[in-house]
Amino acid sequence: MNSFVIGYYALLIGASCLAAYFKQRQIFLLIFSLTLISFVTGIIGGVPALRFITIAAGLLALAAGVSYAFREFLIIISPDGVAKELRTAPLTAAFGMFVIFTYAIAGIFAPVIAPFGEAEVISSAFAPADENMLLGADQLGRDMFSRIIYGARNTVGLALLATALAFIAGALAGLLAATKGGWFDQFMGRAADVIMSIPSLIFALLMLSIFGTSLVVIVVVIALIYSPRVFRLTRAVAGNVVVMDYIEAAKLRGEGTWYLIRKEILPNSTAPLIAEFGLEFCFVFLLIAGLSFLGLGIQPPTADWGSMVRENATLISFGELTPLIPAAAIALLTVAVNFVVDWMLFRSSGLKEV
Amino acid sequence: MGDILQLVLKRLGLGVVTLFVISILIFFAVELLPGDIAQAVLGQAATPETVAALREKMGLDQPAILRYFQWLGGAVTGDFGVSLISGERVSTAISDRFINTLFLACYAAVIAVPISIILGVIVALLRNTLFDRVANVVTLTSISSPEFFLGYILILYLAVKTNYFPAIASLSSDMSFGELLHRTFLPALTLVLVVTAHMMRMTRAAIINLLASPYIEMARLKGVPAWKVIVKHALPNAWAPIINVVALNLAYLITGVVLVEVVFVYPGIGQLLVDAVSKRDFPIVQACCLIFAATFILLNLAADVGSILTNPRLRHPK
Repeated sequence: MNSFVIGYYALLIGASCLAAYFKQRQIFLLIFSLTLISFVTGIIGGVPALRFITIAAGLLALAAGVSYAFREFLIIISPDGVAKELRTAPLTAAFGMFVIFTYAIAGIFAPVIAPFGEAEVISSAFAPADENMLLGADQLGRDMFSRIIYGARNTVGLALLATALAFIAGALAGLLAATKGGWFDQFMGRAADVIMSIPSLIFALLMLSIFGTSLVVIVVVIALIYSPRVFRLTRAVAGNVVVMDYIEAAKLRGEGTWYLIRKEILPNSTAPLIAEFGLEFCFVFLLIAGLSFLGLGIQPPTADWGSMVRENATLISFGELTPLIPAAAIALLTVAVNFVVDWMLFRSSGLKEV
Repeated sequence: MGDILQLVLKRLGLGVVTLFVISILIFFAVELLPGDIAQAVLGQAATPETVAALREKMGLDQPAILRYFQWLGGAVTGDFGVSLISGERVSTAISDRFINTLFLACYAAVIAVPISIILGVIVALLRNTLFDRVANVVTLTSISSPEFFLGYILILYLAVKTNYFPAIASLSSDMSFGELLHRTFLPALTLVLVVTAHMMRMTRAAIINLLASPYIEMARLKGVPAWKVIVKHALPNAWAPIINVVALNLAYLITGVVLVEVVFVYPGIGQLLVDAVSKRDFPIVQACCLIFAATFILLNLAADVGSILTNPRLRHPK
């Protein structure tokens, strides 16, 4: 029993008493169950476990604070209409936007931020961190921190490119299928069914084994795998719009298919499509990370988060955390995008769950 | 009953057709190689004579259609030809590993399915409380993490720092069952974490969707106790979505298993596939892809059939 443990429990119990006194039922339940969990983990794990909980709670509070500040900042700098929407954003969505913003900055200004080049060998293999290298060196003696920064540019950039291609192809096919109907619609529908009935990672592996692992192949294969999903959604959304009277009117005016798609259908189906773009990005990003992890994605010496984890995995068996940082970077971005998408879906559907 | 039988048969037929189309896709994708397999295997430096010899040995001088049906016929009887690299029969390379992979997937499923359904129902009943929101954030984080991230975290904390479980899931034939469960616990747990999050979210959505329907509100309004609303009114209609959720996620396990096997050096079919892809050993790649795709389709089919069979409206036609 040291002062940390006593202070820890005193704080928790005091806070839960305060919550109970002010009739904050949910906060009380949360804090009190945390206290009970702490009893158990404290007995099993000792003081380190309690310290871990404290650090986690502190990080959570920090994240909440940062996202609150970032939301207020966005509300102030954006024009009135957007600001009104932003006010409805939950803290998780604000956190997501903050993370995406940070990654974008890191990716765009990578050469300025990173102290060394991505392929620059500056020290011995697996050299520990010092004042030059924030996170130490990787398996070839390159600066880990610089490579993570460059990874933001390479990995995320590739995922964005592949998603954009998948999205354009899928959405275009979906819109065409919805407007044209007939055999084109049938054919595309069946083709999408077939592609979707093969697990995406397996299909990607098959294609990469045949065509090799160049960047062009990766982007095209991933676009091919994910465009059917976009196609399905676009087809469904546009299918609801196509039957409207104003489309009929436009057809009677003698407008062409391209005009119908661009001026009538697309503006009425943007909201779900944007949310879908976010979701697709997550899938594509995780797939690319998985492929790189298997050594079949972005090829060395280009810095890439997935392959960095694999290359430095030996460090994990020495109890080092550094190889997990690129993996955590992947997870963090995916979570962030998911948070924002969740909010957008909620807003665009207007669905309030019972 | 006739209606149900017809529906089920129709789905089964559709599944067989899909599998057939996919086998065509898998076989002819390899035909798309610039040059052909013999050239790709031997590389640019090979003399024309050696390429021609290999081509003849592999039967590449026959038309593709003929070779496709030979391959398909072999695949149906469990014969996938010979590995290009080791010269071993593909079926012997695959059979043991396939059982290992199935074991890992079943291990994960046995833990994940009950936990996630129970948690999903609880979260659905507690919707929009703080508990629900915390669960939402936790499951979302778990889904968004790549499998290798979760796997390495588990290795770091449960194997390297504390030594509770082995970091590498090496198997041998003379292990006891308990030992086997212990050795494969970390890969199974990784899969459980990912799949449970998925299943919980989907179960929650399905139940909430159901609880919003008018007949549930009617039951509540006439004063039926809460537990009875769930057990007698909601559950019979909830089976279909829940079965769907379970089957879809078991299908998801199949993709997840590839990455997890590589992380834990588990001797399964996923690891074999990844090795074969980097060595460009096409017969093994084709065989593994076909097996994965077939399992995937089978599980989706099971989901369809299950939801048809448990649908009260179809079972008791008017």
